Amino acid sequence: MSQDKSVLLEIKDLRIQGYSDETWVDIIKGVDLTLHRGEVMGLIGESGAGKSTIGAAAMGYARDGTRIVEGSKIEFDGMELTTASESERRALRGSRIAYVAQSAAASFNPAHKLIDQHTEAPLQYRIKKRMEAQEDAVDLYRRLRLPNPEEIGFRYPHQVSGGQLQRAMTAMAMSCRPDLIIFDEPTTALDVTTQIEVLAAIRDIVDQFNTAAIYITHDLAVVAQMADTIKVLLKGNEVEEAPTEEMLKNPKEDYTKSLWAVRSFESPQRHRPKDATPLISVQNVDAAYTNGPKILDDVSFDIYEGMTVAVVGESGSGKSTTARVITGLLPPQKGQVLFRGEPFPPDYRQRNRDQLRQCQMIYQMADTALNPKVKISEIIGRPAQFYSGLTGVKLKNRVDELLDLIELDPSKFYNRYPPELSGGQKQRIGIARALAAEPTFIVCDEVTSALDQLVAEGILRLLDRLQNELNLAYMFITHDLATVRSIADEVIVMQQGKVIEQGPKDEMFTPPHHPYTDLLLSSVPEMDPNWLTTLLEERGVDNVGDAAAAKIDPNDAKIT
Amino acid sequence: MGDILRLVGKRLGLGLVILLVISVIIFFMVELLPGDIAQAVLGQGATEENLAALRKEMGLDQPAIVRYFDWLLGALTFDFGQSIVTGNSVAAIIGDRFTKTLFLAAYAAVIAVPVAITLGVVVALLRNSIFDRVANVVTLTFISSPEFFLGYILILYFAVKWGMFPAISSINDGMTFLELLERTFLPALTLVLVVVAHMMRMTRAAIINLLASPYIEMARLKGTPPWKVIVKHALPNAWAPIINVIALNLAYLITGVVLVEVVFVYPGIGQALVDAVSKRDFPIVQACCLIFAATFILLNLAADVGSILTNPRLRHPK
Repeated sequence: MSQDKSVLLEIKDLRIQGYSDETWVDIIKGVDLTLHRGEVMGLIGESGAGKSTIGAAAMGYARDGTRIVEGSKIEFDGMELTTASESERRALRGSRIAYVAQSAAASFNPAHKLIDQHTEAPLQYRIKKRMEAQEDAVDLYRRLRLPNPEEIGFRYPHQVSGGQLQRAMTAMAMSCRPDLIIFDEPTTALDVTTQIEVLAAIRDIVDQFNTAAIYITHDLAVVAQMADTIKVLLKGNEVEEAPTEEMLKNPKEDYTKSLWAVRSFESPQRHRPKDATPLISVQNVDAAYTNGPKILDDVSFDIYEGMTVAVVGESGSGKSTTARVITGLLPPQKGQVLFRGEPFPPDYRQRNRDQLRQCQMIYQMADTALNPKVKISEIIGRPAQFYSGLTGVKLKNRVDELLDLIELDPSKFYNRYPPELSGGQKQRIGIARALAAEPTFIVCDEVTSALDQLVAEGILRLLDRLQNELNLAYMFITHDLATVRSIADEVIVMQQGKVIEQGPKDEMFTPPHHPYTDLLLSSVPEMDPNWLTTLLEERGVDNVGDAAAAKIDPNDAKIT
Repeated sequence: MGDILRLVGKRLGLGLVILLVISVIIFFMVELLPGDIAQAVLGQGATEENLAALRKEMGLDQPAIVRYFDWLLGALTFDFGQSIVTGNSVAAIIGDRFTKTLFLAAYAAVIAVPVAITLGVVVALLRNSIFDRVANVVTLTFISSPEFFLGYILILYFAVKWGMFPAISSINDGMTFLELLERTFLPALTLVLVVVAHMMRMTRAAIINLLASPYIEMARLKGTPPWKVIVKHALPNAWAPIINVIALNLAYLITGVVLVEVVFVYPGIGQALVDAVSKRDFPIVQACCLIFAATFILLNLAADVGSILTNPRLRHPK
């Protein structure tokens, strides 16, 4: 079948400025991009590299607080977008160029049904009548393998799961059969098992309609499945561009190589000491939120001093709830938590200061976990003062010591505020705050999932070093199995509030597995560009993701 | 739907409890006022026997707590006792006046709410333009001028200089609806000018607050025209704060009309309250206060229910 391969989008010397600190700063510094019909280009790089900004610019759209600098050229199918009028540009959006956002849950309007949002563009452009547009929506839902395609569109966004919403959003982007779709990190917010479904659906539909796409992501393994060519960006500049296969095999630039090598870090696996009392022992815990359904069902496991236990599972499997039970934020309905063999009071309000200091938390979103109006010295100093009673010079010395510990220069950071810091630095402050209490046990709740891979690796190395120096035990909550591989000593797999498998890391990564563990492991994208194709052939399109997970009963015995 | 009914029931119950507390406060505050009601009625020359007889007749010889419950039970059946001054039933005196106040408030609300929301949407669409700023300054000027002042200005122009509307809103039962509207136009306009600013500014703020949401960007990237982005995508999600401000302003329309009614000599409950205070007609004061309190509570309840009903998560549970 011969398909049109002419040039669809040509961007030349794209410069975009953002407004910050009362001046315009360059955020995209002269990027060129050529995209042919039916071609999928992957844009990768860290956050702040300008990927999303370029994606929006391809629609002739500058986000609030940004502007496209004169002299930039964005030519879409013969039309120069930078000189076109706003209404001419708007006429392209939704009809010929569509957008799929990172978080479908946030990008669907909560006040309207999915199908009404789907048909908005076709009705606006008078391409279809309402009934036709609705029939077409149902057809697209079916092609994207959404469950109950006839009915799902008549639900409100909050009534549909994240993975399904993401597919519905892809369907919506297709509603006018655009020539180009911008996918802006469409699977970043999803679990690995759900991600596969969405990836397969996107690839399928783009193929069916010969739609060109710009696929923005920071996940190399994902881009390897999706893109024909890959362009690597760094701080608003292009690093290099090459066809996917070649880029994966022979990256030329050092920066690209460093991205490829990110997962090199692996902490040596520790083993349980013999005849020791576990530091934390969770015993037969059931838990639920007020009047809610049971979230945890008979959860038991031990964590030994100085060891890292990774807890993995999809969102909603009870990982964070377990952490809340241990820290006393959510008293369990049944069961108990032991600390060095002694029962820990179930409610944090009944714990004394020494018991409280033992368990500290580091959060996923360092952004929201640090008060933006409080100085770094105070954020770290407060727990040091509260738990150790330090004041004056002693307190200052302790804060300096903690900043040294997290590899930030005390003289530079002492008097700064969180918003002045980068994501990785903020997370380090979060770590220092936890350390200030001198704990023996730290819950790390998805601490690296909001960070770029290079930065995340730095945090993992730091946590590992601190663990060796201070003999800390970590409970490492994550859905990223690569993180587990690099830092865990033991692994706990949770599904629907139950612990379905646990053991030392080396055993957990070698078969046989519980079917759910197997599903999780096999769902992690690999750098092989044929990985998704092979997997779909092996498992069948209807046996991946949520559909496959639903078939697994958490009570199944481990397959031996 | 069951959840919503339960929520409404809970709020209603809470409202009743608050009303009960307020009734206690109203009753005993009046009790604390200096002076003896019987003395006030009969004047300085009354003999001890006459005073005692009147106290007995009015039930004033009973302990306060007994009189409170008598009053409360009466209030439940809209029997607020008799006016000290005229001896007529309080309910008969204020009932009619309260309907008139409600009419004036409804008149003002029917104009003010749509105008405020439309203006709010328009200034949100044209944010930071000249129109936005002018609308802001003008409405702020109205809200910061005392309403009696606004009332007199309106009288000066509309009644005295241009002779378009009557300066005094005297009304009687024989008038047609249109005549009523004409007679009460100036007080209604005064109230409109006073309440529009709040509602308009909240509509603007609630909408602009949502413009940074991902779904608004999504709507823009679907090629939705700017006015439709605001009306269809932002406004439906902005109702909760807007409804609350509307409720507060409606309550103000009813309870805050005292001065406006006096300025326009409109026979509403505000007039009755002012008369009663100056004549120490306590039963009327108590009844007015209780009615105002109930209005506030009911309107806030309506706002709560309204905000719940505009939330699709609650309207369409999983």
